[in-house]
Amino acid sequence: MTSAASSTAPEWGEDRLPPRQRAWSAIRGAAPIFLVLLALLVAIAIRNPNFTEPSVFLAFLKRATPLAILAAGQLFVVVAGEIDLSVGSLITAVVVAAAGLIDGDPAKTWPVIALLFLGGAVVGSINGSITTRLGVPSFITTLGMLLVLQGGALLATGGSPRGSLPDNFRVFGRRGFEGVPAIGQLPYSVVILVVVGALAVALLHRTTFGKQLFAAGGNPRAATLSGVDVPRVRTFAFMLSAISAVVAGILLGGFAGLSQNAGEGAEFQAISAVVLGGASLSGGRGGTIAAMAGALTLEALFTLLNLLGLPKPLRDAVQGAIIIAAVAFAAYRSRQR
Amino acid sequence: MIAGGAAPGFAARLRRGFAASDAAPIYGALALVAAISWGAIVLAGGQINLANTLVRSVALGLVAVGQTFVILGGSLDLSVAYQVSVTAVMASYIMQGDPNRMWLGVIAVLLIGLAIGCANGLIVTGLRVDPFIATLGSGLILRGILNASFDNFAGAVPKEFQVLGYGALGPLPYAVLLLGVVAAAAWALLRFTRFGHHLYAVGGSQETARLSGVRSARVLIGAHMLCSLGAVLTGLFLVSRLGAGAPWVGPDGNYDLESIAAVVLGGTPLVGGRGGVLGTVAGVLILALLDNLFNQLAVNTFLKEVLRGVIIVAAVAIYTVRSVRSPR
Repeated sequence: MTSAASSTAPEWGEDRLPPRQRAWSAIRGAAPIFLVLLALLVAIAIRNPNFTEPSVFLAFLKRATPLAILAAGQLFVVVAGEIDLSVGSLITAVVVAAAGLIDGDPAKTWPVIALLFLGGAVVGSINGSITTRLGVPSFITTLGMLLVLQGGALLATGGSPRGSLPDNFRVFGRRGFEGVPAIGQLPYSVVILVVVGALAVALLHRTTFGKQLFAAGGNPRAATLSGVDVPRVRTFAFMLSAISAVVAGILLGGFAGLSQNAGEGAEFQAISAVVLGGASLSGGRGGTIAAMAGALTLEALFTLLNLLGLPKPLRDAVQGAIIIAAVAFAAYRSRQR
Repeated sequence: MIAGGAAPGFAARLRRGFAASDAAPIYGALALVAAISWGAIVLAGGQINLANTLVRSVALGLVAVGQTFVILGGSLDLSVAYQVSVTAVMASYIMQGDPNRMWLGVIAVLLIGLAIGCANGLIVTGLRVDPFIATLGSGLILRGILNASFDNFAGAVPKEFQVLGYGALGPLPYAVLLLGVVAAAAWALLRFTRFGHHLYAVGGSQETARLSGVRSARVLIGAHMLCSLGAVLTGLFLVSRLGAGAPWVGPDGNYDLESIAAVVLGGTPLVGGRGGVLGTVAGVLILALLDNLFNQLAVNTFLKEVLRGVIIVAAVAIYTVRSVRSPR
């Protein structure tokens, strides 16, 4: 279909496109990820009509929230031209540390949450400083951090997680505002998703910092020459990514409970989501809403494959094929322009 | 055939080749790590087991030598861990413990490996998908197919095949010999062939290489196929040690990220165009020596992981700080 469009293109003058092609070019103007997401949601709704009920759809959003927040955080790093592989093991470390430190005592919940955010900021600034000040590629820096956090979390617990998460910690990932008109329960997760999403959009697309980040990722030398402190904005991006992992970890801890594989593979899913949303891994390009839509797309894909009754292993294979196809399609589109 | 006069020339060429490969400082680091770790082991009353250390580095070494090719070309391969699993499982599934089917199994997994490498290369060069995403995706596809088809050890390799994992030529285990031969062949391929020079050119700047008449796409596809061969050899070595292949042998060994770490530790930057196989071998040996040291000192498994993370980052930091100070 796409090759046919490209082969007929030269036959038509640039000034007068036939209506069909005009419609096609309007569709091409929008980020394709939203169309993919829409198609998947429609497919889910056809397969499972309940899906259109607010409570079922909100439950889907609740499930997708940790990945969407993680993708929004990862996007800052990717836009800056770097990569953060440590977020998955940071999530695990957050869940394990929360359980160990709170140990079922509700009075400790808030101090520990503050501590987790502080720890996340420290992890992010270490990632950022080593990458920008010592010049270690972020792939290696955050791979090292992955090993340190994973080993550290297991070391502290002796291999099997200890302690427990009290209800007032788990409430963020599990419960919501009750008795909301028309929808019943509004999960806290979804509110947090909207708030974090709005903050991330504002920070990346509406502030000087965001513009500097795009500049640093697109052309670091030009950015430096125009007065951007590239190491500083990049370090800040790593801190935002780590903090997004802390938020995701708190939500996952609430939603799924204490597990030593809480964050397994989350880094690759977040990076896939960001790239599905049209960001370039070489930096300088990407959008927050599209990245979060990429995360919802992945989650919708899992849901659909589940509904279709595919065994878990084949879901991996389909996911892999779809990620490659989506990125190949994006690369094809960018060549056409 | 080799005249007396040719021998010093060859030795000198080897020395020059070694110096030009930028690997010399890494071997200095390797010697330092060897001295420190063996000193510590002796002081702690342990035993230095060089052959054991070498055998342990074979699995990572073979896949890391392959990974060097793609990284030199500015690409990378995250699917190698699952390629190792595919090889291990398919080899033992095809052989079914029958010595007559041994070569059939070896040839089959080599062909499968070449096909996977070719597919990876085509996705990266033809579809222009970022290699990180391309091989992350192909790894997921392999994992899915593998886990859907096999959920445990499949088949077995014949006793004759286990010679690869356990046999030895005098004091030298066959596996170490294999790694030596593979590394030497890879080094020669990079240093003396047109393909090798083109690969460095593509890694340095794909556009410049293309404009100078290098068929970048073909070179990168070739690099991906060689990378897969490395993963196949690792899979064959592992299955000969284990006796049968299971889907988890690759991911459990963390061969994807560890092979990339070993290559970077060996002085080949992730952007490509510089470095080489000799450095990678040193990187693998450094990781194996440290592993041996931690085992001898009975360091906690999890602490070992933490230390490995710190050491990889610290080592790469030292290189980059050095190269910033003395730009080439």
